[in-house]
Amino acid sequence: MRGLERRIIYLLIALSVIIPFLFKIKTKVEISPPVMSAYNTIESLKEGTPVLISIDYDPASMPELQPMLLAILRHCVKKKLKIILMAHWPLGVPLGQEAIEKIAKEYGLKYGEDYVNLGYRPGGAGVIISMGREIRDIFDCDFKGTPVDSLPLMRNVHNYDDIGVVIGLEAGSVGDWWAQNLGPRFGAKLILGSTAVVTPDLYPYLASGQCQGLIGGLRGAAEYENLVGHPSVATIGMIPQSAAHALIIIFIIIGNIIYILQRRRK
Amino acid sequence: MRREVPLVITFVTGIVIIIGLFVPHKPFGEIQQTFLKWYVIIAGFTLLLGIDSLVITHWGKIKRRQPGFGYSVVLIASLAFTLILGIYSIIKYGSAFDVRAPFMYLYMHVILPLSATMFSLLAFFIASAAYRAFRARNVDAALLLVAGILVMLGRVPLGSMLYSKMPQIADWIMDVPQMAAKRGLLIGIALGQIAMSLRVILGIERTYLR
Amino acid sequence: MYKMNLLFLLVFIPQNVVAEDYPNDAGNAIIIRWSFPDSLLPYVRAFQIWRKEEGGEFRLRGVSITNSFLDDSTEDGKPYYYKVATVLKDGRIFESDISGPAVSSAQWFHTGRWNALILGVIFSFLILWYIRRAKRGEKLFLRRIPGLDAVDEAVGRSTEMGRPVLFVLGLGYISDIPTIAGLSILSRVAKKAAEYETPVLVPCYDPVVMTAAQETVKQAYAEAGRPDLYNEKNIFYLTSDQFGYAAGVDGIMLRERPGAVFLQGYFFAESLILAETGYSIGAIQIAGTSAITQLPFFIAACDYTLIGEEMFVASTYLSREPVMLGSIKGEDFAKIILMILIVIGVICACIGGKFLKFIEFFSSA
Repeated sequence: MRGLERRIIYLLIALSVIIPFLFKIKTKVEISPPVMSAYNTIESLKEGTPVLISIDYDPASMPELQPMLLAILRHCVKKKLKIILMAHWPLGVPLGQEAIEKIAKEYGLKYGEDYVNLGYRPGGAGVIISMGREIRDIFDCDFKGTPVDSLPLMRNVHNYDDIGVVIGLEAGSVGDWWAQNLGPRFGAKLILGSTAVVTPDLYPYLASGQCQGLIGGLRGAAEYENLVGHPSVATIGMIPQSAAHALIIIFIIIGNIIYILQRRRK
Repeated sequence: MRREVPLVITFVTGIVIIIGLFVPHKPFGEIQQTFLKWYVIIAGFTLLLGIDSLVITHWGKIKRRQPGFGYSVVLIASLAFTLILGIYSIIKYGSAFDVRAPFMYLYMHVILPLSATMFSLLAFFIASAAYRAFRARNVDAALLLVAGILVMLGRVPLGSMLYSKMPQIADWIMDVPQMAAKRGLLIGIALGQIAMSLRVILGIERTYLR
Repeated sequence: MYKMNLLFLLVFIPQNVVAEDYPNDAGNAIIIRWSFPDSLLPYVRAFQIWRKEEGGEFRLRGVSITNSFLDDSTEDGKPYYYKVATVLKDGRIFESDISGPAVSSAQWFHTGRWNALILGVIFSFLILWYIRRAKRGEKLFLRRIPGLDAVDEAVGRSTEMGRPVLFVLGLGYISDIPTIAGLSILSRVAKKAAEYETPVLVPCYDPVVMTAAQETVKQAYAEAGRPDLYNEKNIFYLTSDQFGYAAGVDGIMLRERPGAVFLQGYFFAESLILAETGYSIGAIQIAGTSAITQLPFFIAACDYTLIGEEMFVASTYLSREPVMLGSIKGEDFAKIILMILIVIGVICACIGGKFLKFIEFFSSA
């Protein structure tokens, strides 16, 4: 493919995303069953139940997953659930903190009572398995260094038996570790939210019952925003995403027409 | 001796962890947890190895004034600056990730936009890759093409506007044929990993050894 | 009226309280379960679990918001008695009958993992049996894998162009199987490159992988009889940040213009960025990963792609060592057994009834 062709494609893609964004149009989004299932799982929890949200992404995946996190946090707050944040990716800690502080300011939440941020620990699947026995084996203090036992929210939370649902927001392979260990080993409920690229990888876990809900990509985030009644960044992103997809389809069609014409010439 | 000792350690560790999966009784049931804790501790230390390699490589480039050494200067300066800022933030605010900390400022206004920018390159590359590669050369390629277009349309509101059942079609493609193929691949990969792990434990596969 | 009120309040008492040894553990744990109507849960603040030892008094052991509680502070062999109290939101408490004695103990075998043990033993036996057959000199067939056949061609092309070979091991750690598979392919590529006197550049994501790659390449150069050509600085640590790594590798591609690019390891979202940049510089690209989500990108952008387990057989395919060929054969036989089990499972699921036990046996863990 020649350099000029490539540059024209890049320019058109840029315009197709930037122009709709300038108008910030919010559109109604149809809710898919995996997202509905995730919503219902959280909806079924009793007031005061702790939920564990694992921030397993970094700034590169923020555009897709941060709106998802904000929508889930709003849902948890509306249900008066207790929020425990943790991270398998070190750069996930400040992203989670930024989101929870925004929600805390909006709804008047108190750190230590309504939410805590345990921070990041390396070890991947090892962390997940060890937490099944005792969270303090891995997280003896939160991300600021405050002992976990001094946080009122954590007093009666020792392992997955004391947690209503685990919500993993995934940009990589940590979702596989959650799905392979949480349900089979500990019988705990799991909801996975992931970037659009990773979502197909996680569908088998939804089908087998290893996770109870799956929120995929920006579309999934938009669906969740609509479910909690707070359409925001993800919903606004639907029109630019539609425009980009339509443009890619047009490119594919043009590419195939050129291919057929070239073959006929030969 | 140099090769035999690591092989023995690999074999013993592998067998002990496999036994731990089936025998909950002490000490076997807890051995896996203990080894995992050791791994968590060691994983933190390996970062020092990497920083050492990076600094030595780029310092060498600067000393020898190799072409492009200016970028090495930028790299070492950025590394030092970020490290100093992080340490200062921990001392002043207790955590480098405190919202008031200068390290957080650097993170939010430099690292975040840079990472998001690199990720956003994918939008352009996917367009050029799709234009070049999605050609209906044969029946298989044509099927792939059609499925790809249906899923792309079904995942955005545009699809519902064109045909109300488009999202359901996209979901069906993801739930049924896509998942069937994926499961087949996953089973094959899992078996491949079992066979490779067995070869590593038994010392047949040794390419990872010093 | 009074009797009706009393009867109404009795529904708040937890029923069927059962305390028993927690199964399949290392001991020191008793699980207490009870039943309570879901419709009454909105009135409940929490359940209190009270415990006493033989001849002792009841003490509060813990609190639960679900219908079970794991008491993990018991002494093995000692009998314990439990009762569960419902605490309503208005402060009223309703206690259950006493359950017990329950005695905790450690188990020597995890009964929920029979399926894993049986399948693990069968697969290991098959792999070892075929290794034995291969050692005895039996010829074992391995189908053609175009991506691996093209390795020599790719290194040759780089040599003709006077350009280096770029080998990218991806974002995996040394504990990841795809990384180990990538290292075995690197060994082969490095050996060929040493014979042709072509440099091999290996930017690494993880420091431990970097040291392993350095040793692999050094060993390969020594085996090719050209240890003098080995340059440790060609295998270097880049960064442990995903897109920082992608940016760094892209920069190397655009500056060094390698003739061949190998993308062998575990990749995430940066795969297409690497593959497209490699395409734009005109390099021949051979990719291989077990990351299913990235395979479509590699197939679209690379000349050859090793799909999943094709990567794991690379060292076997390239070396043709009989012992390793045997393990591949065993793996294939294990796949046949799995296919048969899946077909039987589907038939059992369709029939239902007692036949569902077959599926239940394989789905427990």
